[in-house]
Amino acid sequence: MSQKEVNGSSHRGKVLTLETMNQNVRQVEYAVRGPMVLRAVQIEEELKKGVKKPFTEVIKANVGDAHAMGQKPITFIRQVLALCAYPALLEDDKFPEDAKLRARRILDGCGGQSIGAYSASQGVECIRKDVASYIEKRDGGIPSNHENIYLSTGASDAIVTMLKLLICGEGRTRTGVMISIPQYPLYSAALTELQGVQINYYLDEDKCWGLDVGELRRSLTAAREHCNPRALCIINPGNPTGQVQSRQCIEDVIRFAKEEGLLLMADEVYQDNVYAEGCVFHSFKKVLFEMGPEFSSVVELVSFHSTSKCYMGECGFRGGYMEVVNLDPEVKAQLTKLVSVRLCSPVSGQALMDVVVNPPQPGEPSYATFTQERAAVLADLAEKAKLTEESFNNVPGFHCNPVQGAMYTFPRITIPQKAIDQAKAAGQAPDQMYCMKLLETTGICLVPGSGFGQREGTFHFRMTILPPKEKLKYVLEKIAEFNAQFLQDYS
Amino acid sequence: MRTTLLDVNPRLKAIGESPCNALRARALHITQELAQGVPKTFSRVVDLCSFDPQREGVPPNTFLQQVLAVCLYPELLSDEKCALDVRQRARRLIQSCEGSSVGCYTPSSGLVYIQHRIAEFITRRDAGVPTDAHSIFICSGFWRTLTMMTKLLSSSEGEPQNGVLVPLPYPHTLAMVLGLAGIRSVPYRLREDAGWAMDLEELQRAIRTARGCCRPMAIFISNPGNPTGHVQNRKSIEEVIKFAAAEKLFLLVNEVDQHSVHGSGIQWVSYKKVLFDMGPKYWDRVQMASFHSLSNGLMGECGLRAGYMELVNVDKEVMIFAETLVNMDISSPVPGQLALDILLNPPQPSEPSYDLYTQEILTNLATLTENALRAQDFLNSLPGMSCQPAVGGFYVYPRVDLPAEVLERAKAAGVEADVLYCQELLEEQGVCVGAGSENGNTGGEYHLRLCVGVSSVVLEEALERLSAFHLRFLDSYSCGPHLETP
Repeated sequence: MSQKEVNGSSHRGKVLTLETMNQNVRQVEYAVRGPMVLRAVQIEEELKKGVKKPFTEVIKANVGDAHAMGQKPITFIRQVLALCAYPALLEDDKFPEDAKLRARRILDGCGGQSIGAYSASQGVECIRKDVASYIEKRDGGIPSNHENIYLSTGASDAIVTMLKLLICGEGRTRTGVMISIPQYPLYSAALTELQGVQINYYLDEDKCWGLDVGELRRSLTAAREHCNPRALCIINPGNPTGQVQSRQCIEDVIRFAKEEGLLLMADEVYQDNVYAEGCVFHSFKKVLFEMGPEFSSVVELVSFHSTSKCYMGECGFRGGYMEVVNLDPEVKAQLTKLVSVRLCSPVSGQALMDVVVNPPQPGEPSYATFTQERAAVLADLAEKAKLTEESFNNVPGFHCNPVQGAMYTFPRITIPQKAIDQAKAAGQAPDQMYCMKLLETTGICLVPGSGFGQREGTFHFRMTILPPKEKLKYVLEKIAEFNAQFLQDYS
Repeated sequence: MRTTLLDVNPRLKAIGESPCNALRARALHITQELAQGVPKTFSRVVDLCSFDPQREGVPPNTFLQQVLAVCLYPELLSDEKCALDVRQRARRLIQSCEGSSVGCYTPSSGLVYIQHRIAEFITRRDAGVPTDAHSIFICSGFWRTLTMMTKLLSSSEGEPQNGVLVPLPYPHTLAMVLGLAGIRSVPYRLREDAGWAMDLEELQRAIRTARGCCRPMAIFISNPGNPTGHVQNRKSIEEVIKFAAAEKLFLLVNEVDQHSVHGSGIQWVSYKKVLFDMGPKYWDRVQMASFHSLSNGLMGECGLRAGYMELVNVDKEVMIFAETLVNMDISSPVPGQLALDILLNPPQPSEPSYDLYTQEILTNLATLTENALRAQDFLNSLPGMSCQPAVGGFYVYPRVDLPAEVLERAKAAGVEADVLYCQELLEEQGVCVGAGSENGNTGGEYHLRLCVGVSSVVLEEALERLSAFHLRFLDSYSCGPHLETP
């Protein structure tokens, strides 16, 4: 009897079933990889089998994976990693001296001089020191202590770890965490799984997804009735919304956090992805310290970074870190204990982070190529951000805020009442129905706005700006065509 | 309103600080003192607390390193200095990646190609027992994979606490994982006097106890045993499967040391194979997750962080939720996933890298075998120590009889007696070993956990220093070599 026939057979005598499993887990949803992707994969398989469709490929514009869309890896990064993976290559003339220098530094910091050994659970010490130096340089000299750095398996791991640390209490004292709507669904999924209370605060679509302290206050006041709010999460540059918050806004959030005694979780993984003129990335830490000791000695801040985004796009390595600021030493000890359960984050990812924070300097052999490759990636993204915004704003029924940063566009779309009714009758969110139809008609996979949260009565989708320019133009055209047809069909 | 301990997850707070971690932190400090020139009787700390072979002198596998390097830097595909089979394997692996780049995310449960290769390995290993690639979940290491299963098995809000039967002794990180999931651990004692064998009567006693205090859902088994080094024979496995079937328990089977069976004449067989051979009455319904890991193969590639579990007899609808949980990791590290392929599908005899590869693996296995025997003999020769034969895995786990005064001193210091022993061993001789209380052995029975998956030079040094310490330690007590065993 095949295993396949056996799996999925009746419950007879089974311990772990849909009914007996932890019911909380059944509530968890992660839209970026949810039903849309399952269907997309099915369609790909159908295409492989020769099933005829109105398109020849599935275009996965749902996930922020740059290399999957053809972006090239940065040469220097891969050279250093190859040297770390097989140190005999250190004798090979093919590799530049600056790459070898970094590989040797990393290997010296590893147990047995190998990335195959576990590292300390907080991460290889010399890499944490390099991360701390990077942060200091980025923030104009504000000190960073490597003991406050935790190297993680992507930023996701660090974010979930912090939530795991903080969630406690029962009923009215249960930990509440403020998250922006729209948000990156890792936060909502983790809160569901950990049974934390999700406290929504709305970004203002009419003000380019800006953040308003009045809205924060409204949301917090309402939340205090039923939970114990402890933390405020903010993603800057934003995902899915792509806004880059102004310095004033960041100061306002810090002030609010101090007044309300909230721990700030600043997801800054897109810090290099800033395109719009006049927009600048301001790190939360820098602003915090520039606001003076009244804030910088008190406000608890955890900021997250990753090797999956920016110009590197190395999603597969799962590299990341968090820096914790002003955390009570006893709480920090609990955090350190918690990360030790998973032993350590992948050392290849830690090595990658080291290269990111320690890139070639002027005068070094790889500097020119590195700088050129980096600039090309970022320029390409900036161009595509502009192209997407302009294109979508020419589609009737679409309203697209400027893509100031990150990797996504999140246009508001119009769904006729007839379509809304049909979707509701089928138990589907209207923008989910829209995206499914788009997928079936064009092979383009997006994520419906309902997966990220949005104001009641509005509909959106998230599309990445990552496909190569020609393909992106094709995608934009097809979406416009589909939309016109959709509006007609449901008029 | 700063965050304080009151705001921290109570399950996390309830987990005691790991003695191993504390020893390690102290070991790091000692290493720094040595670097600063502080005089000690030793020149470096030797760490046998847990398995990390490459840290302790076991060389990495050349073929694996070469293939990975090419995968990470595909320009090497055109380097003729690189062996042909290395380049071919790397090319195949790169192609199996999304977007043909190791920099892309993979499907959450792992690269489809690697899932299939794992399934093929399992079927080969088990002489043809069918394996469905869709029931394979690749995660970033054994502990991550187990954590995922515990989420599914833990109780819902408002429900009575779920429980898992755990062996005594258990792997030293297990308590933390179960504790964080809010799962009650109910121990079943392994029989030290029978080479750490499993005992059916003891299982029955444990399940009765469990039913009195929680809702038992699963039984955790390590085979080969961690830290005990025992390997179950077929009859024992059948007994456990029948027990699990009768008591409706999900089998969580840690088989990460399956490649490291070193006892002479010992045959390891997988739980899945035995289950299949027991026929439809069991094969149709007994549920199981069996775990394997990159870290524990004879390559010891711990830093790459990859492992997998195979689910047996789990409904598709439940597997969808397992998938949802791994979605939150997005995907596990790609270099590790690729390395799994090399672990489970080594070079073939006709290929250029075969000889060196095989030689390196066999050398590691030979070292491990010698080390295990050497360690057992050596420890058994020390007064007050007795060590059961370890025939699989990477640890030896001797019992150590400690004088009553040590117990009193430990009590006064607020630590277990074996932890006190380990602390003093580290200070005096720079050797870090694990305390058996971390593996659950408390209440008067003390053990030490020594990892023998190290180079033989490192082991020899560690044993000598341990011996010097042990004899001095016992000598310093008025009882001398006459020990009070509580």
